[in-house]
Amino acid sequence: MSTLILANARLIDPETGFDGPGALRIERGVIADVAQGAAPEAPEGAEVVDCCGLPLAPGIVDLRVFVGEPGERHKESYRSAGEAAAAGGVTTICVQPETEPPVDDPAVLEFAMRRAERASVVRVAPMAALTKGMKGREMAEYGFLLDAGALAFTDASRPVSDPTVFRNCLDYARSLGALVVHHPQDPAMAAEGCVTESAFASLLGLPGIHPFAERIMLERDTALVEITGARYHADLVTTRGGLAALRRAKEAGLDVTAAVSHHHFALNEHDLADYPTFFKLDPPLREEEDRAALAEAVAEGLIDAICSSHRPQDEESKRQPFEVAAYGAIGLETLLPTALKLYHDGAMGLPALFDRLSLAPAKRLGLPSGRLARGAPADLVLFDPAAPYVLDRFALRSKSKNTPFDRRLMTGRAQRTWVGGLEVFRHG
Amino acid sequence: MFPHRHLLGIEGLGKPEIESVLDLAEDYVALSRQRDKKRAVLKGLTQINMFFENSTRTQASFELAGKRLGADVMNMSVASSSVKKGETLIDTAVTLNAMRPDILVVRHQHSGAVALLAKKVNCAVVNAGDGRHEHPTQALLDALTIRRHMGRLHRLTIAICGDINHSRVARSNIILLNRMENRVRVIAPPTLLPNGAEKLGVEVFDDMRKGLEGVDVVMMLRLQQERMQGAFVPSNREYFHRYGLDEEKLSRAKPDAIVMHPGPMNRGVEIDPNVADDPNRSVIQEQVEMGVAVRMAVLDLLSRNIAGGAE
Repeated sequence: MSTLILANARLIDPETGFDGPGALRIERGVIADVAQGAAPEAPEGAEVVDCCGLPLAPGIVDLRVFVGEPGERHKESYRSAGEAAAAGGVTTICVQPETEPPVDDPAVLEFAMRRAERASVVRVAPMAALTKGMKGREMAEYGFLLDAGALAFTDASRPVSDPTVFRNCLDYARSLGALVVHHPQDPAMAAEGCVTESAFASLLGLPGIHPFAERIMLERDTALVEITGARYHADLVTTRGGLAALRRAKEAGLDVTAAVSHHHFALNEHDLADYPTFFKLDPPLREEEDRAALAEAVAEGLIDAICSSHRPQDEESKRQPFEVAAYGAIGLETLLPTALKLYHDGAMGLPALFDRLSLAPAKRLGLPSGRLARGAPADLVLFDPAAPYVLDRFALRSKSKNTPFDRRLMTGRAQRTWVGGLEVFRHG
Repeated sequence: MFPHRHLLGIEGLGKPEIESVLDLAEDYVALSRQRDKKRAVLKGLTQINMFFENSTRTQASFELAGKRLGADVMNMSVASSSVKKGETLIDTAVTLNAMRPDILVVRHQHSGAVALLAKKVNCAVVNAGDGRHEHPTQALLDALTIRRHMGRLHRLTIAICGDINHSRVARSNIILLNRMENRVRVIAPPTLLPNGAEKLGVEVFDDMRKGLEGVDVVMMLRLQQERMQGAFVPSNREYFHRYGLDEEKLSRAKPDAIVMHPGPMNRGVEIDPNVADDPNRSVIQEQVEMGVAVRMAVLDLLSRNIAGGAE
């Protein structure tokens, strides 16, 4: 592979906080040199890309992505997920083990990764099941699964309700240094609900889940982390009560991190007025006060990472009354423009934003990406932060089209995406 | 005076629209008391009653209302048919729509499902109850009953008692009675109150005696016993003791206060038989009669907006 020069860019490096003009030299898929200011002389035979002054940042590391392989390829394959990710500036997708069968066994993991390697244009970082069959009873084979490439353990959208089981999972995972990822929502409190409990939900007549279902689970989890000393990551924190519990855990010095999906800081429960099932999420969209608190927590850094929580669903499972429709929304292609809202609103600069999008999630998983530094993989996104367009869900690359942002005005999009120095997406 | 294609809830109705339904319903009360109860205002129109949730009373009331106005009425008991075979609500709606009905009367166990169905069909849709969301014709028939007894439908104090949280009847009534400028109280144990009840424009009481003090109307709600005991209330007998309407508790209300219930009643659970069957206080049978008249009025008004020619 020849030398690639990305010249005339606005470099965004979350690690150093640098935001200014510069250029990158890429050799063999790795960043070989970072030049601030004018680009250095291009060596003989190098390919030079003029970035036209647009921001060039480390590609997004998305901590929560559901792909339908194995089992539900009609919803999303590794090929379609990879293309959607590339178009959204996402260069690593952390796939959830909630498939059919679940990824709770090294053989299933190896099968899925073979598929991913062949079909996906972006990197795939697999998470494996925390418990066998994701049933919340017996722990999975963390040792073997780590050897097979698992980067973390989670039962995805199924919280482990039994505290003894969860404690043992944490304890055992700690001995291997493995990261445990949990969905902090008390399943008994969430059993009957499909929206956040509120006066608005009462008017809609939809059964609610109290926001404290999240706080209670997060308090339990962090108490168990205190006992075990394990590494813990909350996949989605979406409420003020959850944020308070997270803050307490961090202040106590526990090894706890958390993410939020772009849906939860961009939308609120009032988007549900007409029972639109594309807005049915797990956890549900919250009250405006929660949404505002989440945006603030992302800017402050209390929330470590922003993810897409990309969950493809076919039309059939969404063409239902709200209470019975499937949960989830796709997000790989809406994550970047939605996150950029925080930048346009003046809540945070681009280096801080790409800390939440790229560096912090990469660090949490022990990946070398997420930075513009010599030796880091050339996983990059060049984007136009001001490009306006109206989102058309049928123009998205995911096989499933269940986005709540259909027909909304978006600002900002990826222009070009590179993974390991190879261009995997170019707009237009 | 009724510029709507569907009746999906009270939420979308203004005060004059509510009044026009009630005024027309008065005519149909008179008609229904005659020997010849038929009018031809729905002649040639097809009305399909689709009840995804079983209900003998409401379905019979809509059937009678349609027939008295000359419509061809068909009942589809979807609760036991193709929907169980995996056909989705929307598939069912699209299939039915192809049969060119003019009016669909729909009850469904999920909130918002009737509105969803209304988007997929070309005919008028009447919500006969969706989940715990709304039951507009029940609120209208309650309003008519109150207006006939109290001589007005404003500046009254009305207490709605019982399982507010799971009740679509309560929601529709709260909206309607507030819109007509009444004072609405809800009386329930905290476990049966919806979150943010006080934001719905009502005064909230968990002490029934205090809540009934000086009210003009007492509306009782049915306690769905199957899923209540142990979960939301300790037992039927404790519920009856604290929240059942008996003569002693009713004595706190105004002396001429009326007692209402949407039926079917659980005598001895939410209401004492002596109160339920007291002809001087209970208007429960009259509510059933008003139900037919109000539904005739609703069908009549909606049919006026159905295009005359081929659609």
